[in-house]
Amino acid sequence: MAAIKKDPVDMVIVGFGWTGSLMAMELANSGLRILALERGEQRDTYPDFAYPRNTDELTYGIRLKLFQNASRETVTVRHATADTAMPYRRFGSFLPGDGVGGAGVHWNGMLWRPLEADLKMRSTVTERYGKSFIPPDMTVQDYPFTYAEMEPYFDKFEKICGASGNAGNINGEKIEGGNPFEAPRKNAYPTKAQKRQYGGDLFAQAAQGLGYHPFTLPAAICTESYSNPYGVQLGVCNYCGFCERFGCFNYSKASPQTTVLPALYQHKNFELRTQAQVIRVNTDSTGKKATGVTYIDAQGQEIEQPASIVVLSTFQLNNVRLLLLSKIGKPYDPLTGEGVVGKNYAYQMNGGIKLFFNKQKIFNPFAATGATGVFMDDFNSENFDHGSLGFVGGATISATTTGGRPIQQMSTPSSAPRWGSGWKSAIKDNYLHNMGVGSSGSVMPYKQCYLDLDPTYRDVHGQPLLRMTFDWQQNELKMTNFIKEKAEGIVKAMAPDHYDVGFMGMNAHYDVRPYQSTHTTGGAIMGDNPKNSVVNKYLQSWDVPNVFVLGACCFPQNLAYNPTGIVGATALFAANAIRTQYLGNPGPLVQA
Amino acid sequence: MEKKIETQVPSRRRFLQKTLSLIPLAAAGGSSIVALSAPAAESQGVSDHYVPTYFNNDEWRFILAACDRLIPSDSNGPGAVSEGVPVFIDKQMELPYGFGHLWYMHPPFASAIPELGYQSSLVPRETYRQGIKAINQHCQQQFQQPFASLGHEQQDAILHDLDAGKLTFDNVPGKLLFEQLLENTKEGYLADPLHGGNQTLASWKMIGFPGARADYQDQMNLPNQPYPLGPVSISGKRSV
Ligand SMILES: Cc1cc2nc3c(=O)[nH]c(=O)nc-3n(C[C@H](O)[C@H](O)[C@H](O)COP(=O)(O)OP(=O)(O)OC[C@H]3O[C@@H](n4cnc5c(N)ncnc54)[C@H](O)[C@@H]3O)c2cc1C
Ligand code: SF4
Repeated sequence: MAAIKKDPVDMVIVGFGWTGSLMAMELANSGLRILALERGEQRDTYPDFAYPRNTDELTYGIRLKLFQNASRETVTVRHATADTAMPYRRFGSFLPGDGVGGAGVHWNGMLWRPLEADLKMRSTVTERYGKSFIPPDMTVQDYPFTYAEMEPYFDKFEKICGASGNAGNINGEKIEGGNPFEAPRKNAYPTKAQKRQYGGDLFAQAAQGLGYHPFTLPAAICTESYSNPYGVQLGVCNYCGFCERFGCFNYSKASPQTTVLPALYQHKNFELRTQAQVIRVNTDSTGKKATGVTYIDAQGQEIEQPASIVVLSTFQLNNVRLLLLSKIGKPYDPLTGEGVVGKNYAYQMNGGIKLFFNKQKIFNPFAATGATGVFMDDFNSENFDHGSLGFVGGATISATTTGGRPIQQMSTPSSAPRWGSGWKSAIKDNYLHNMGVGSSGSVMPYKQCYLDLDPTYRDVHGQPLLRMTFDWQQNELKMTNFIKEKAEGIVKAMAPDHYDVGFMGMNAHYDVRPYQSTHTTGGAIMGDNPKNSVVNKYLQSWDVPNVFVLGACCFPQNLAYNPTGIVGATALFAANAIRTQYLGNPGPLVQA
Repeated sequence: MEKKIETQVPSRRRFLQKTLSLIPLAAAGGSSIVALSAPAAESQGVSDHYVPTYFNNDEWRFILAACDRLIPSDSNGPGAVSEGVPVFIDKQMELPYGFGHLWYMHPPFASAIPELGYQSSLVPRETYRQGIKAINQHCQQQFQQPFASLGHEQQDAILHDLDAGKLTFDNVPGKLLFEQLLENTKEGYLADPLHGGNQTLASWKMIGFPGARADYQDQMNLPNQPYPLGPVSISGKRSV
């Protein structure tokens, strides 16, 4: 029992990153008393991300100052149910955020809307190739809403972000320079597309030559002076190279700090408490109603916070863990396939080729945003025929540069020594003169890939860590090998002096060491009934209807794209449903 | 510009040789300080006045010698020692990082397949302490001298064996020490000088990284063109 009990609020928002801040902002005008609890510290552009301190690769990029501290809380990982999970002791593969703004502070800003097929994956694949095309252990599902229903929310999130890009399809009309595969949008991007890197130009030329459709990556990186719908001003990005893993000092990369918080902090009915780690959602004796949350404050005191509505916005992994710790929803059992919390965990499947040119070509990798790149979608999702290929899903292929940080982003040919004078020569000869072509691929969900609580390892507060049971499956390995061939074709057309291929082989296992992406998904998926999902399309818990769960945990499977476009849009969609439907008539918004 | 580097390198190399040759004397004297009698050196790296905070004399001699082999001074410019990398590593040991406070270090510890990542119970401070001791013992047995007193060829051979996982010890896998050392040496050499290494921005200049300039709007309009300015550090150091 918590010793201290605080005054009740109408809505408690747990976790104050992208989704939590959007929810608070969208409801700030409703008059509700809103409290946000954030486990990390308060942070703002000034002084926390101020130039020149922010250009410190060691502190932010390598020692990961802005991220969750693994010593306090991490996950355990194993490849299969028969294995013992080991703690993810030293962060590599993915990097959960911490502090005000969450991962929205140090993300790259690549901003996508899903393709239409991404939202109805199971029905599209079944229609096109027949039911048996989907492997029996693949638990792929449709989203519970249509693209058209979500379009205004994708649009709104792009406007909040001051996003840059070339539209490829406005109201069905294809537009040169954009992504011809994109679903119809009502409006263009609010700011013009980013400048391209030289590597992007070369890639675009080669891809076009092969008949593909390259375009400049859309991004939450503002390229013109811009005021967003909340009245917050964004400045023009100057391609500083310290975007990914860093806070933007220039008010250009969209983050809660640069797009939401200045407006939100004006509202007197909103309160933020930092260093407040929520350890569970409390429910009444029926288990069907949340009464608030319990958190631990900076002094280590356990505090009970009563609330009428609980919003979980603590990032995909933490949300699933909080649901399990709070016993909300039935935990997934991989043996029987029953239960839903923890089900359909997925990640992303990447590959890359490093291209080394002689000194004639200069790529200036330090001049970049977290999202400078040229992409093509020709082999993504259902944009191509899978009939003879035998796999579901696909990947983007791109030339992306996210900075030229010399410690972490140094590339040398595989033949170069790792140390000594030979290494010195290799970094001297290659730092400015190499580029990459990479792929980011979808990952389908499987019966055997899921999340639950670890029986052995605990966090700093003595609570069980989340356990991840995940490995690459044949479907994705086949996919990435197909993509490798395509990417290599483009690379050959670019004629580098030398290239090194880094795609996973058919026997590869998931490896927690190299950074891949923080695009972990699933575990509290959305669906059209309580048997197949944890939340309905408004991200409302089926079991405890005054709990809403925001973030990529609601994705039924992972798409090839970065997640935040859907994450932001669904948070706005949920906020709208709360404002216009739930407040007037609290209870389930979808009848099960 | 080029000329200046040329003239600096030999003097740094001389300093380095002096540093390395003088250390055994200081260490043999039993002083807790690696004291050097040399007059104020030109190098901004490991000065003779630097007193390591974490490492003891034997360890410090190892760090100096090993860093010098991992990133030597050569015709491409100064190496790790004259750029202050050993100082960087010593400072890192006193930060939460050195104590393993950035990693999940709760038991139980067990070995696992490499894909599941770091599973050692050693934190960086202990990896160095136990690893250096083990290597020096090994060198004493094989060559009757600690690592730092060996010739370059012998040192390189030992480093290659560690790197390849061929040399390992009871308390600490040789590969673990090697990875720790190589990672920290590169970090110190390529990081902003505020952390103790890269004191003359020599690595940034050599590769063409402009450091903390952080403003490349115009450069984006000049594909395939060299960036005209040399590097600058967070505190305003320049390389020329
Ligand atoms: C390095 C990196 C690069 C990325 N790049 C991209 C990209 O280019 N494009 C893209 O679409 N996405 C990208 N992402 C992902 C993107 O950042 C996330 O999708 C997005 O931030 C998710 O929003 P969220 O609100 O779910 O979580 P977050 O923004 O992470 O916010 C969650 C907040 O909850 C807090 N919290 C957690 N647990 C608790 C608790 N128990 N009590 C209280 N507070 C808690 C955390 O401290 C955090 O502040 C990237 C992520 C990282 C880390
Ligand atoms: S590259 Fe642009 S958006 Fe990114 S941190 Fe620098 S100024 Fe901000």
